[in-house]
Amino acid sequence: MTLLMEARDLRRHYPVGGGLFGRKGLVKAVDGVSFRLAAGRTLAIVGESGSGKSTIARMATVMEPPTGGELFIDGKPTANADATGRRNLRLAVQMVFQNPYGSLNPRKTVGSILMEPLAINKRGNRAEREAAARAMMAKVGLRQDQFGRYPHMFSGGQRQRIAIARALMLNPRVVVADEPVSALDVSIQAQVLNLMMDLQEELGLAYLFISHDLSVVRHIADEVLVLYLGRPVEQAAKADIFARPRHPYTQALLAATPSVDPAQRQRTTPVRGELPSPLNPPPGCAFASRCPHAQPRCTADMPALRQVGAALVACHFAETVG
Amino acid sequence: MSASTDTAVAVPSALRLFWRSFAENRGAVVGLAIMLLLIVVAALADVTAPHSPIEQFRDHFLTPPSWSPGGTSAFLLGTDDVGRDIFARLIYGARLSLVIGLSVVALSLGAGTVLGLTTAFAGGIVDTVIMRLMDILLVFPSLLLAIVIVAILGPSLTNAMIAVAIVALPNYTRLARASALSEMSRDYVTASRSAGASTLRLMFSAVLPNCTAPLIVQASLGFSSAILDAAALGFLGLGAQPPTPEWGTMLAGALQYYQRAWWVLTFPGVSILVTVLAFNLFGDGLRDALDPKLKR
Repeated sequence: MTLLMEARDLRRHYPVGGGLFGRKGLVKAVDGVSFRLAAGRTLAIVGESGSGKSTIARMATVMEPPTGGELFIDGKPTANADATGRRNLRLAVQMVFQNPYGSLNPRKTVGSILMEPLAINKRGNRAEREAAARAMMAKVGLRQDQFGRYPHMFSGGQRQRIAIARALMLNPRVVVADEPVSALDVSIQAQVLNLMMDLQEELGLAYLFISHDLSVVRHIADEVLVLYLGRPVEQAAKADIFARPRHPYTQALLAATPSVDPAQRQRTTPVRGELPSPLNPPPGCAFASRCPHAQPRCTADMPALRQVGAALVACHFAETVG
Repeated sequence: MSASTDTAVAVPSALRLFWRSFAENRGAVVGLAIMLLLIVVAALADVTAPHSPIEQFRDHFLTPPSWSPGGTSAFLLGTDDVGRDIFARLIYGARLSLVIGLSVVALSLGAGTVLGLTTAFAGGIVDTVIMRLMDILLVFPSLLLAIVIVAILGPSLTNAMIAVAIVALPNYTRLARASALSEMSRDYVTASRSAGASTLRLMFSAVLPNCTAPLIVQASLGFSSAILDAAALGFLGLGAQPPTPEWGTMLAGALQYYQRAWWVLTFPGVSILVTVLAFNLFGDGLRDALDPKLKR
């Protein structure tokens, strides 16, 4: 299997504040994330708001350079690439956004939205571009007579189909999907997810799927990476992580997923409190202040990501807690 | 679904669609009609005007309009204090006013949009320098600043237009920058960038078309204030020089006769009012028609 994207110890830190008299701070939005993504596979990145999911998306699409670590796209390093090199790397990774109402230019027709990526990169003449756009519309389940329509004439699910079609126009190897279904109705979510899975099978795409919805992740992912305050806390194959979550945070996330079947509902105390401030993170394990299993050691030492069974877990007591 | 609906329902041409939504707004159509009338009359001033705008009829100082007692049919709207035909002066004045409005708006809108987009995209030091310069321009009362600029450049109609355009510049720059900033954070701009679009393409193909609505409205309002400001400069002897039949200058020159001869003051004033109103109505309709979000 071809390795399409590899992140090694990826970091992104933002300096904040300062001003005239203020003290400068450093927000570690992403701090040491590693993953490998192969063709035809889906890696889900899971975490709550502020955990660094979208920062990873921006780095993966080469919109922002990482402040530390290395990112390889299709075997090529993104660091030290000049403007043209970055532009070419960018083309291999396209993005599907969360909000289908903001991700389509309201002044362009569906046809010109789909043809724009080809026009920018001077691929084919106008007739060929139009043919490619129409073929892509058929592929994502849009009707041919919708070619000349504007985005505001479509429903959320249809718009997301247009957004997916646009992302695929340049034949990318990797698609970064930043919560692509969280703005949609549940019934439409399944349609869009199934469309994405069909396209993955047909085109051999790799998905970097960002979500906070575990039921969606269970549907689409092959591998899951759980983020907490910019650091990975657990990384494992989907089957492993759903069958046996080892980190207390993963356990809490799974317990918080609503279930129709009362027997399926786990009885765990819900996680209290908020994510600690990324400006002033606690010295030990970032989750310690909210963890039901916290020990004195947890607030002193930061746990490293280590192999426990089939998973990578960052918890001192992964063996006993899991 | 049958096969016939599948094969492209005829999409009406863009111009037709535009006209259809523009025509829904009656006020805008009235505005457009008045504008067209003004433009035709002004363009054909040599044919439509009954007299020369600067010819003085020594026997007819302050003749009232033709329908009031003492008026003659030779001077439809009467004559001014030196015996010039007001109707002819208004027609030639329409020419001047339209040129003033158009050139001022074109200058300040063009420069302001480019400056605003540049600051929005460049950010950092470029943004700070340009926007602080605009703030400095805004600090001065607009007429005072225009007077200073004309005083530097020398009094003439062209310099007055340049001065008014500079005074109006910060409005367009700030407006363009603000709408560009809010559009730039939208995902479709990111999508375009990740498809490899250059900064210039992002500026003019993705962001600018979505910023036009407030700029068009500002331009239609700016058209009227440009005419007024140029008139004010004319009044102070810094704009159009006599005997140029500029509406604002006519208004200013007639100020001392307003109790004796109402027509000297009324007709230039009404002309300015109607022109300004027409452009505002037209601008409103244009905005509604250009915005696909408001289309049914």
